[in-house]
Amino acid sequence: MSSPEQWTHPDGAPPATAATPTAEQVIAGLRATTEGGADLVQLLTPEGERVHHPDFDIDITPEELRGLYRDMVLVRRVDREANALQRQGQLGIWVPLLGQEAAQIGAGRAMQPNDMAFPSYREHGVAWCRDVHPTQLLGIFRGTDHGTWDPMEKRFHPYVIVIGNQVLNAAGYAMGQRFDGKVGDADGEATICFFGDGATSQGDVHEGFVWAAVYDAPLVFFCQNNQWAISEPTERQTRLPLYQRAKGYGFPGIRVDGNDVLATLAVTRWALQECRTGNGPVLIEAFTYRMDAHTTSDDPSRYRLSDELELWKLKDPIERVRVHLVKQQWADQEFFDQIQADSDAIAAELREYCVNMPDPGPERIFSNVYAEPSPVLDAQRDEFLDYVSGFAGGEH
Amino acid sequence: MAAPAIDHAMSTASQTQTITIAKGINQGLRAAMEADPKVIVMGEDVGKLGGVFRVTDGLQKDFGEQRVLDTPLAESGIIGTAVGLAIRGYRPVCEIQFDGFIFPGFDQIVSQVAKLHYRTQGRIKMPIVIRVPFGGGIGAVEHHSESPESLFAHTAGLKVVSCSNPVDAYWMIQQAIQCDDPVLFFEPKGRYHEKAQLDPTQTPYPLFRSRVVRTGSKATLVAYGPKVRTCLDAAAAAEEDGLDLEVIDLRTLSPLDLAPVFDSVRRTGRLVVVSEAASESSIASEVAARVQQECFYSLEAPVLRVTGFDSPYPPSKLEEEFLPDLDRVLHAVDRSLAW
Repeated sequence: MSSPEQWTHPDGAPPATAATPTAEQVIAGLRATTEGGADLVQLLTPEGERVHHPDFDIDITPEELRGLYRDMVLVRRVDREANALQRQGQLGIWVPLLGQEAAQIGAGRAMQPNDMAFPSYREHGVAWCRDVHPTQLLGIFRGTDHGTWDPMEKRFHPYVIVIGNQVLNAAGYAMGQRFDGKVGDADGEATICFFGDGATSQGDVHEGFVWAAVYDAPLVFFCQNNQWAISEPTERQTRLPLYQRAKGYGFPGIRVDGNDVLATLAVTRWALQECRTGNGPVLIEAFTYRMDAHTTSDDPSRYRLSDELELWKLKDPIERVRVHLVKQQWADQEFFDQIQADSDAIAAELREYCVNMPDPGPERIFSNVYAEPSPVLDAQRDEFLDYVSGFAGGEH
Repeated sequence: MAAPAIDHAMSTASQTQTITIAKGINQGLRAAMEADPKVIVMGEDVGKLGGVFRVTDGLQKDFGEQRVLDTPLAESGIIGTAVGLAIRGYRPVCEIQFDGFIFPGFDQIVSQVAKLHYRTQGRIKMPIVIRVPFGGGIGAVEHHSESPESLFAHTAGLKVVSCSNPVDAYWMIQQAIQCDDPVLFFEPKGRYHEKAQLDPTQTPYPLFRSRVVRTGSKATLVAYGPKVRTCLDAAAAAEEDGLDLEVIDLRTLSPLDLAPVFDSVRRTGRLVVVSEAASESSIASEVAARVQQECFYSLEAPVLRVTGFDSPYPPSKLEEEFLPDLDRVLHAVDRSLAW
């Protein structure tokens, strides 16, 4: 006979913490979700030491690790350059990924060409892995377009801004992969869906878990727990470590060190393969940290202590790889110099592209609202364009 | 009262069959599923049960569980997964069990279904049909008798239609499924069992066109869905009093096709718009606004609206008072003529 205490705190789950953490908890980075303890999958420590895991180990060549390092450095540089472009008035807003490079590059590089990704709006690193050029992200934040890549060519869905919507869309897409007979062997297809700790409170995410489970959809739910949903800490969203929610839906949930690109790559690669072979879905909680603001409009100093950021800087996703490459003598100064040059080049390209982006013409308001004609909208467009052309030189 | 028949063009006796609106949609779905293996039906209880109104009766038995999906019970999930399936190349037909249950799916409809084609500049199409049994008159509990169509007509990126009779039901559902845009398909649940003759070999009337279903000269009645029959009944009653009323079935609510309405009002000079929905910011309001703009010098009287009231749908013992009926329609005609 179980006691009420056991009903409210299932075996293995930590006791719920108070909604408001103590100062010590905040400083230590310990909230409702702890560092993960023994459940956290880690292959490269913050100090750059390679450690091994019984279930999720990985063989990585020096060349592969250099590639992952290069990816992370370049997307960080893209992120910082775009942030600066916002500060200089060239972008209306920017959504920084700073600190989440390992989670996104690890997950993005785990994908096969035919796998499909459904991002939220912070997945600039995943976009990079899907060969979406960073310049194609700029229009969204400059206000010239809503994203210009071809989602089916890149296998990378448009950015989704309404929190959690894309989780159901991804579940439907993954159901389609199964209905199309693309699941069941190693050559199969899978889908990966990105969302944050805040999104886990949305009904759509819950429904996405239910749908994917009951239809055996080949879907990896990739939750980047960056500890903050704008100003709200993770304990405002959950009493339980997020990865443990999967158990209630009947599929595996794994917490990975989201600042460890090797561990993220290993776990996501395993999860996608499980899905391709018919054992989906899988939930991954990538335990990471949003080192910058929610967006350029946000001011984190109003709600979190800078000590917390200082602590997470010690767990930087890029630095640990650099240390490991040097210790192993897998990279020389020439390699690092080349990456520095590549970073400078892409930042310059981004800037050049951004400041020269033309504004869309007024006809864009009306274009592609529908696939088939809509006489009412067409008449509205004609009337407005006629009105606009009535001004001298066709300009307002 | 004998219901005047709507003329549905010539038909040959050998092909003609008697169907209801429910059966018309059922047969239309069947025809669409036979024609295109990418057409799938999804919703609550649509499979084994055949839907609570039996509109999807027999489809799962014949097309299998992968094409007729009994989904988990969550409307956002139905619409949200249909979005993903549409991206994957399917043409989902979603059933929302009752009008008042569409709101959990409203976010997905407005934020994704309506906007993905625009957001991607045409790279992603959303050929999704969302079937909604709507309207009152069935003595139901709360949330089962509503008319939310204006909310969707107000949303850019969606198309909204409503069938009023079995023949339109049969054709319009197939045309909606063939449309590459998302279509909200409002079905007059209170009239699911009304009958008409269908000849499936005839050429269908275009989907996004309104239609004059009775010609007349004294005043114009405009309606859609369940109120078309009410207006035809009112016109038949008026005829006994020597009043000759024209009746137009809007059929398409977004985009509106008002050219036949303008033509009619220019001849009759009088317009009464009839709908079960609340009047404020409604389809009826839009028709009234557009008619006064286009037919200003032809109008002999202000455009009148006969609608449900701007209250929530009342307890069903009051729905006879709430719903526009023949008497309220004729009362409005009298007021228009007496102006």
